[in-house]
Amino acid sequence: MALHPINHVWEQGRAYALLGPSGCGKTTLLNIISGLIFPSQGRVLFDGKDVTQLPTEQRNIAQVFQFPVIYDTMTVGENLAFPLKNRRMERAAIKARVAEIADLLDLTNDLSRRARALTVEAKQKVSLGRGLVRADVAAMLFDEPLTVIDPALKWHLRSKLKAVHRALDLLMIYVTHDQVEALTFADEVVVMKDGRVLQVASPAQLFERPEHTFVGYFIGSPGMNLIAAKVSDHVAHVSGHDIELGARYPKIKNGDAVIGFRPDFASLAPEGGIPVQVRRIEDLGRRRLARVALGPHEIFANVPEGVSIGGGTAGLSIQQDRLFVYVDDELVLGDRR
Amino acid sequence: MEKPLNNRAWLMVAPVLVLVLFSALLPMMTVVNYSVQDSLGQNQFFWNGDAWFRDLLNPSTEIGARFSDALLRNLSFSLVTLALEVPLGIAIALCLPRGGWAVGPLLVIIALPMLIPWNVIGTMWQIFSRADIGLFGAALTGLGLHYNVTQNAISAWCTIVVIDVWHWTPLIILLTYAGLRAIPDAYYQAARIDAASRWATFINIELPKLQKVLVIAILLRFMQTFMIYTEPFVVTGGGPGSATTFLSIDLVKIALGQVDLGPAAAMSLVYNLITLTICWIFFTIMTQLDRRRYA
Repeated sequence: MALHPINHVWEQGRAYALLGPSGCGKTTLLNIISGLIFPSQGRVLFDGKDVTQLPTEQRNIAQVFQFPVIYDTMTVGENLAFPLKNRRMERAAIKARVAEIADLLDLTNDLSRRARALTVEAKQKVSLGRGLVRADVAAMLFDEPLTVIDPALKWHLRSKLKAVHRALDLLMIYVTHDQVEALTFADEVVVMKDGRVLQVASPAQLFERPEHTFVGYFIGSPGMNLIAAKVSDHVAHVSGHDIELGARYPKIKNGDAVIGFRPDFASLAPEGGIPVQVRRIEDLGRRRLARVALGPHEIFANVPEGVSIGGGTAGLSIQQDRLFVYVDDELVLGDRR
Repeated sequence: MEKPLNNRAWLMVAPVLVLVLFSALLPMMTVVNYSVQDSLGQNQFFWNGDAWFRDLLNPSTEIGARFSDALLRNLSFSLVTLALEVPLGIAIALCLPRGGWAVGPLLVIIALPMLIPWNVIGTMWQIFSRADIGLFGAALTGLGLHYNVTQNAISAWCTIVVIDVWHWTPLIILLTYAGLRAIPDAYYQAARIDAASRWATFINIELPKLQKVLVIAILLRFMQTFMIYTEPFVVTGGGPGSATTFLSIDLVKIALGQVDLGPAAAMSLVYNLITLTICWIFFTIMTQLDRRRYA
């Protein structure tokens, strides 16, 4: 797996999510941080100390894997005590710490049970607990930890994770390909694709101002509308129509660009705005979503409450401050007038 | 769901039943037949009831003493070889590389002894262990050890054990190696993150995960060692004295050497029953392990 250069500071006490499709390098990045694999180039610093060549054992990292890893022969309590025992902590201190973490994870009643006999969800909690018992961990890493958990219980375990994060002031990095998981868990989301970090931002920023067309497309359901256009100064030409951009883009070569806007920031009216063909209107309960055509391009747009669209032609209007221009998939900033 | 009942299905299994009848049941029944009769030759038999069995299981009779001695030899041979092969096999499997180009050639080289026929193994070792011209025998004698397979009981025993360890440890290695490969990487990664020592990783991750494959390996090795015949037959001929006369060797002596068909038949049945009982115990352990795992 190849990763492109990444320069990022992970701050103590924050929750990060690494989000991206399968095979984008999320797990590779995580394993480089934890020292399970070594990078051929680059450095990993913990508090300014270079740990790039240090083995996992010496890095103070805790990691939870996709599938629960428990020690079959041990009880839940012994499982939780194992990392501390290996680090030669005092018996009494281990006992106190294990009790504290078991309490936090609702495992107190299971402490003397054989870990093998637990449900998958409880096993994953034990794996999580083995990371949390170490009070001094520099970071807590999660590699798609909820994959094998029953959907009904996912929510429970995820809120447990958030509670743990609030209680313990830990740096957490959470790998997932599920945008809902990433957006609900993290303070900051790192969107990755093909070994490259595309954007690091809060969930709200990712939604409101995607810096890469992939971010726009991957986050949100449906994703951002992305339309190839010829941009000349402040106007984009899309199949014979002019769309006002609200900013000047004088430097785009040949004017080849893609304009993007989220369905949430585009609304449909019976007339006015850009004339589009209405294909279909879906009632999603909380909102109505229209699928319309502008020439060969398909666009999703909101249908505001109280507006009724008959079919045939309608008018599309786009919020100009939420309309972005991308060249080679990257966001280009215009001069706002 | 209710399963449909169709007695015509028996027709489908009939060929197998006929095959088993001829391959196992009929020969077995001839043995049962011999075991309850006595013969004075000329193919004349008369009923002898359970007398052969009573003699066999009574150590104060001549045949009973031979049987119990040979049984004891068999059991100790199985125990000694298992005690050597299992730890050795696990140790070697742990040392093998987890991947890379070397794995294939290494496994083939390790498996080589298993591919050699028993008779050849016996002949090889018979020459190999000779004190005058055999490399192994001559080397030990040169070191000043009193080593002589044909005269010294300890030499003979050790040689048979060494042959079996050399011949069959590869089986344990291969099974263990396969078992080790089946452990997901995440377990090793978690062990590293938990700062587990190599020994702790072995005891808490590898050994529990190998449990099932080891039970199978031990069962196979037990059955094979308990039925040992060719190696002592070729290398020591059961001697010196009767030091390496195992059950199968004694059985052949009684049945083909002395043509005592009745006692030999009784002995083979009891021998068979012992093997079956021990296999049943292993099988029970295995299924119990399964049930515990998926409980």
